[in-house]
Amino acid sequence: MINPTEIENRLERILLRVQKPGRYVGGELNQVVKPWEEVKTRAALVFPDIYDIGLPNLGMAILYDQINRRPDALAERAYAPWTDMEAAMRASGIPLYSLESKHALLDFDLIGFSLPYESLYTNVLNILDLSGIPMFTADRDETHPLIIAGGHAAYNPEPMSSFIDAFAIGEGEEMIHEIIDAHQAWKTSQLPRAELLRSLAKIPGVYVPSLFTVSYHPDGTIAGIEANTAEAALPVTKRINAQLPAPVTRFLVPSIDVVQNRVAIEIMRGCTRGCRFCQAGMIMRPVRERPVKEILDAMEQALQNTGYEEVALLSLSSSDYTNISELVQGVTERFAGRNLSISLPSLRIESFSVQLMDQLKGLRPGGGFTLAPEAATERMRQIINKPISTQQLLDTAREIYAHGWTTIKLYFMIGHPSETLEDVEAIVDVCRAVLAEGRRKVGGRARVHAGVSTFIPKPHTPFQWVACDSVDQVREKQDLLRRSLRGSGFKLTWTDPATTQHEAWLSRGDRRTGQLIYRAWQLGSKFDAWQENFHVDLWLQAFQDCGLNPDFYSHRDRPLDEILPWQHIYSGVRTSYLKEEYHRSLAGTTRIDCREQCFACGILPGFKDMRSTLPDEAWKCPPVKPRASRIRQRPALVETQLAAAGGGDQ
Amino acid sequence: VTETLIAPTFYRVRLTFARQEALRYVSHLDMLMVWERTLRRAGVALAYSKGFNPKPRLHQAAALPLGFLSRCEITDFWLETLPDAPAPDMAEIARRVQAAAPPGLKILQCESVPLTLPALQTEVQAAEYTAQPMDDLDPDILAQAVEQLLVAETLPRERRGKAYDLRPLVECLQIHIDERNRPVLQMRLTARESATGRPEEVLAALGLDAAAFRVERTALLLSE
Repeated sequence: MINPTEIENRLERILLRVQKPGRYVGGELNQVVKPWEEVKTRAALVFPDIYDIGLPNLGMAILYDQINRRPDALAERAYAPWTDMEAAMRASGIPLYSLESKHALLDFDLIGFSLPYESLYTNVLNILDLSGIPMFTADRDETHPLIIAGGHAAYNPEPMSSFIDAFAIGEGEEMIHEIIDAHQAWKTSQLPRAELLRSLAKIPGVYVPSLFTVSYHPDGTIAGIEANTAEAALPVTKRINAQLPAPVTRFLVPSIDVVQNRVAIEIMRGCTRGCRFCQAGMIMRPVRERPVKEILDAMEQALQNTGYEEVALLSLSSSDYTNISELVQGVTERFAGRNLSISLPSLRIESFSVQLMDQLKGLRPGGGFTLAPEAATERMRQIINKPISTQQLLDTAREIYAHGWTTIKLYFMIGHPSETLEDVEAIVDVCRAVLAEGRRKVGGRARVHAGVSTFIPKPHTPFQWVACDSVDQVREKQDLLRRSLRGSGFKLTWTDPATTQHEAWLSRGDRRTGQLIYRAWQLGSKFDAWQENFHVDLWLQAFQDCGLNPDFYSHRDRPLDEILPWQHIYSGVRTSYLKEEYHRSLAGTTRIDCREQCFACGILPGFKDMRSTLPDEAWKCPPVKPRASRIRQRPALVETQLAAAGGGDQ
Repeated sequence: VTETLIAPTFYRVRLTFARQEALRYVSHLDMLMVWERTLRRAGVALAYSKGFNPKPRLHQAAALPLGFLSRCEITDFWLETLPDAPAPDMAEIARRVQAAAPPGLKILQCESVPLTLPALQTEVQAAEYTAQPMDDLDPDILAQAVEQLLVAETLPRERRGKAYDLRPLVECLQIHIDERNRPVLQMRLTARESATGRPEEVLAALGLDAAAFRVERTALLLSE
């Protein structure tokens, strides 16, 4: 096996022949290098895209911090080498190695892949191959590292289930320690690898796909999923932290430019708005906020530790953070005059957001003001449950321009269920109306950037049963936008329909999609998230070679009683709730913010033991008032009904 | 933006430092960013340019090509203090900057220099380098190549599509035998803004593969 010194020697000879060699050497400020021989568990955290994109990833930073806090374990990092470096590594016999100690990935006990989105899947395969690790979980033995994965894409683990030994579903801060403990116990026991997998399956939130068998109907839909051993039980319920753990403040500071150079602090997790297309809004429940003081202190500490010039205060909906005014005021008082910029993304479309950003004056980043109406007609916004009026949008836009911004970025999505060309034309009208507001306030300097992405019905959302628009439909809608949003003042960006389709296949795929990914990789697919490297023809070829039909995955309305490939993974939000929301969307009925009223999504009964140990304000779920109709019908049964529904509904 | 009512006092600080380890793979431009963050962590009162997009006031001497090590880099930065504040203590600044520095950055010297000195990059006259081969090289063949280069009247070369003569930029070139009995090339090359000799060009002119050498800058010579 190749040792770190030999890897370093070979590296020195190739690094000057590749672009940005600083990606491949580690040595950043705040990296943690522990003595290799002195720990029981060595974990490699891998982000399956290039360093520039992976380094700023907050999930990686959190796990790096968690593992390295343990005296008995170390965590190091690796990223996908760009194609030039990969070729040079293969030519020189260098396997993928960790940046900290330059150990080959094969030398680690555990490799954890971050899977925030599906277009990274072929890179995972490529990395396993470059590391000399058997690609299929079935081919690994006691000498190979344990391969785990987590992240939002893992909420449908089936497409990657042939390659990943165990998936961590949900928040990883606690789970990672239980996985490491189980690995240490197994290592001492010297039992076969199968025992490790069985012990992992006992950890709540851990899904070990090889312990289950999926059967299919003749038409390709799923007939059932059965456990092969007693340790394996379904559903696998996501893990959450009762309260948000202390934020990371010792961020790695790269010495080369990466996509985001900043301190990132989550101000809250979860969202109560219930937008029906939004997977994050469904799977990240319940809402947990960080106290203002904790955020301000963490900012101070992180800036001291990193020297960064920018802080991002992250959440799915910043305006909904309870003490947002107090936070913004605190930030301004403490950090003004330090040549810093503070970004506060995901603000609601209301004048209050403009006031907030205005308060940050002197600290706010340059560039435009971003709003995300997502759809342009009232009808469409009712379907997706994002009920803001066009008038409200125009009023907010007017105020933004009046406060000195010249550019407004508007995010829309096309392809929502039942969308017509009129709904798309309305996007044009809204953009024109916003620009007209700008012209009145700032004249010819006014700009509108429309970012129009294409909707993909994601697992665990109320739209999980619906079909995607066909590529032709998407092209027609995009053509309309391109034709109409021309001229000075407008900028339009859109996603390539083939890229969207690819994401749909993989996010809605089943266990058989694994062969497809493998075949696509064999045909040369990698870096599918990069437009210039994505080749849809390779994927269509792979579909053909595997005898699978792409439309079966992306362009088929699925019956509500069909067993979905991800149905055995429980996000804490009940299928019955998702169905109810789906029906309400068909009827065009909206729902208010569930901070105001609980709609019984399932989180409270599902995590009732955890909830009962916490102060009331820890979660932003309001006290549950049983629905009046139910009380009238069966008053005595309400309590048990709510409790039972949480566990047994899947 | 609040205006400063009292005119601040400025100081110009000259740092001499070594760039080792992973910092050899950091570009000249990225090094500016490394410095800004290091000085922010060190908590020194770094002066910023005025205007909409304030930038730290920082000069770097001659750019160090990507992949080269160095034990003689120079950076000037400006401090901004209140007029009645005591003059900054250079030893204290050196200590704080070193404590805040990323791995591979070693402060060798920290001195206060007159504000009136010209821009640092215009002061550099020449640079010295060593080039250590990673593979065994026959010292005799190497000596022959060096001799041939030195006797040449001109060394026409092309870089980024531009023809130039390398010979006048080579001020000194010799072979040193190190303690492990391996030949190491030592060179002094002109490094003025308009006329800069590059070690990898010298290696190429000697018929050698520059990527098979570990190059280190050992001295920057400034005008008196």
